[in-house]
Amino acid sequence: MNYVLPWAVYFALMCVSVAMGCAAIRLLRGPQAQDRVLALDTLYISGMLVVLTLGIGFGSGIYFDIALLIALFGFVGATAMAKFLLRGEVIEP
Amino acid sequence: MNAMNVPLWAALPAAALLVVGGLLTLVGSLGLLRLHDFHARIHAPTMGSTLGAGCILLASILVSSALAQRPVVHELLIAVFVVLTSPVTAMLLMRASLYRPRG
Repeated sequence: MNYVLPWAVYFALMCVSVAMGCAAIRLLRGPQAQDRVLALDTLYISGMLVVLTLGIGFGSGIYFDIALLIALFGFVGATAMAKFLLRGEVIEP
Repeated sequence: MNAMNVPLWAALPAAALLVVGGLLTLVGSLGLLRLHDFHARIHAPTMGSTLGAGCILLASILVSSALAQRPVVHELLIAVFVVLTSPVTAMLLMRASLYRPRG
């Protein structure tokens, strides 16, 4: 029975949530489109970290799968949008 | 929270890694918010996506290994995936910002 790990989990959750807020502000007011895509990239990484921290806090193994799926689909989405900004279409013939 | 059942030899390093990872992610995201140019801004969140994610994944490996009482290392899958995919997105975004007309 020690309370050091729950408080560390709360602290990390607070930090990563504030980081998600900063990325969301940049997503909303980024002057160019690539700023918004970069903020989206940061946002899904931070969301994955929130899910992992919740998994540490609850001691459950289910959160690992959710974090892996967030990493996978976040990468696909961010890369598709960056490719669209680069070339004007995502999948070229 | 179930995290109180973790033994102390795993809880203390995991707590330190969680604090460090959270702070690194926060600093990287603050840099994304505060820096002035896109070419400066693209550097900041890599701190959260490499070292911050690495610290939190290491803490997760420690806690799940201590709870299962055997080595559980499947969080390395996320680490390898993030390390492989985050430079791809950064390179595509950088080339997009170089080739796109300003404004």
